[in-house]
Amino acid sequence: MTDRTAETPAVPSPPLKERLLARLPYWTVPLLALAGLAAIADLSTWTTLTLAGLAMGMLIFIMASGLTLVFGLMDVLNFGHGAFISIGAFVGASVLLALGGWTASSSLALNLAAVCLAIAAAMAATGLLGWFFERVIVKPVYGAHLKQILVTMGGLIVAEQLIHLIWGPNQIPLPRPEALKGSWVIGEVVVERYRLLAVAVGAAIFLGLRWALVRTKLGLLIRAGVENGEMVEALGYRIQRLFVLVFVAGSALAGLGGVMWGLYDEIITAQMGLNILILVFIVVIIGGLGSVEGCFLGALLVGLMANYTGFLAPKVALGSNILLMVAILMWRPRGLLPAGKG
Amino acid sequence: MAEPLLRLAGLHTHIGQYHILQGVDLVVPEGELTMLLGRNGAGKTTTLRTIMGLWRASAGSVSFAGSDLAPLATPEIARLGIGYVPENMGVFAGLTVRENMVLAARGGELDQGRLDWIFSLFPALARFWSLPAGNLSGGQKQMLSIARAMVEPRRLVLIDEPSKGLAPAIVDALIEAMQELKRTATTILMVEQNFRMAQALGDGVAVMDDGRVVHSGRMAELAADQALQGRLLGLSLGAHQ
Repeated sequence: MTDRTAETPAVPSPPLKERLLARLPYWTVPLLALAGLAAIADLSTWTTLTLAGLAMGMLIFIMASGLTLVFGLMDVLNFGHGAFISIGAFVGASVLLALGGWTASSSLALNLAAVCLAIAAAMAATGLLGWFFERVIVKPVYGAHLKQILVTMGGLIVAEQLIHLIWGPNQIPLPRPEALKGSWVIGEVVVERYRLLAVAVGAAIFLGLRWALVRTKLGLLIRAGVENGEMVEALGYRIQRLFVLVFVAGSALAGLGGVMWGLYDEIITAQMGLNILILVFIVVIIGGLGSVEGCFLGALLVGLMANYTGFLAPKVALGSNILLMVAILMWRPRGLLPAGKG
Repeated sequence: MAEPLLRLAGLHTHIGQYHILQGVDLVVPEGELTMLLGRNGAGKTTTLRTIMGLWRASAGSVSFAGSDLAPLATPEIARLGIGYVPENMGVFAGLTVRENMVLAARGGELDQGRLDWIFSLFPALARFWSLPAGNLSGGQKQMLSIARAMVEPRRLVLIDEPSKGLAPAIVDALIEAMQELKRTATTILMVEQNFRMAQALGDGVAVMDDGRVVHSGRMAELAADQALQGRLLGLSLGAHQ
């Protein structure tokens, strides 16, 4: 048979300008960093703020990565995601406070072991809760966005009250383990130790998620499901099982993010999930629904923007990320790197 | 005529308040390619989607190799050996050509012999194997969509308007590929508006109108009967010849 397909002009190699434009979203983070450098005009201050911004961005990414997959794959607006952040923080805090001997020790290994145990407990609790939440609260309202907002907001409020019931109404101080307190001063640059841990954990989560999504068949199914769930089913795969799995994984990641954020702020409250949820939604929207890479870029942009504006113009810091979101949506209405749907 | 592999009896489908299929009776014989023709809105796509369980039948039965498909979910229907090529091709644009094929091969690994056969039909797929499917042209996407249904042996393949929006040269390539698929004795139910393609490939034919099958018989008989074509397919036929 002749290859008539060759007669169709495929698009294997678009022009250079188009290729550069397609890569532009990846340049937004360095461009914002350079803009920050120009505005701050002091290298050591800029380096300190940039490291702080990257650490903050990584923490937000951990919390937002699960939400973007739930959004993209299941088309579910889950305001209950904030509950998993809060509950993760409280479960993790309980473990860390119970392991007071380990966290008070100056041994980095003991400190990290305590943090790892706290994270494992938080992820197990929020993963289990996520499974219950999906089966009982979310499943009946698939496809109905207004109902999803109402029931998941309801779930968030119930979770907050449960936290009050179990851990009491007061905020709980959560001091960092001994070896993770303080900073290193390199020249005039101040590097908080805990922020380096946050960057390492965030980077590990990003690389792990990316590997799973690109290299495993389960990851392929999730990426395909984000684009066209109906076709995934027509190929013989039960997308409902994927939904549950992604929801549980997303909830567990929120729990992990809750512990890390609690240690970042060194204080936890029942409302912390709701408070951080605004930033998490901004990151998911900036990144493009369903895109882990977009979410990662969005989180770094939000972290950097919050730190730069907090230093340069504290009065506009609160609104700066809203402005960032508006600017990005005016440039790319579906976000930086939207997944295939739409 | 061969034994029926698929039989629809008194099939009704509602989409919201609209009553789309109004008692479809259709028989698809094993090892044959049955063409489903009709004007736009006659219910052809809805018939395929109802067979796949993507829309639930409100009444009637869908019987495949003796099994009732009505209570089954779409993945279970697909696992019985039914491939589906939707009207919009359903290609995963963000995945590479290879990844699209890997997902279609439910058995796990891609069979190299079968892959070589597919590449001999659609060489472009081999050339763009590692490129995102979103970079392919419309015709190549259609070929990928059909190749996914061919990557493993299927008992029945449902194909919805494969020639839609494609250049005549690409349609010719698709016709050759479908003829090759027919040689494997795969049973095919194909919706088509392009009468040239329908005539070239169809063994049997069913014509739909207003949610019902209004004619069924042999394709050769319909192709030879201008008056019947005019009566069943009306003006739309002339536009496609």
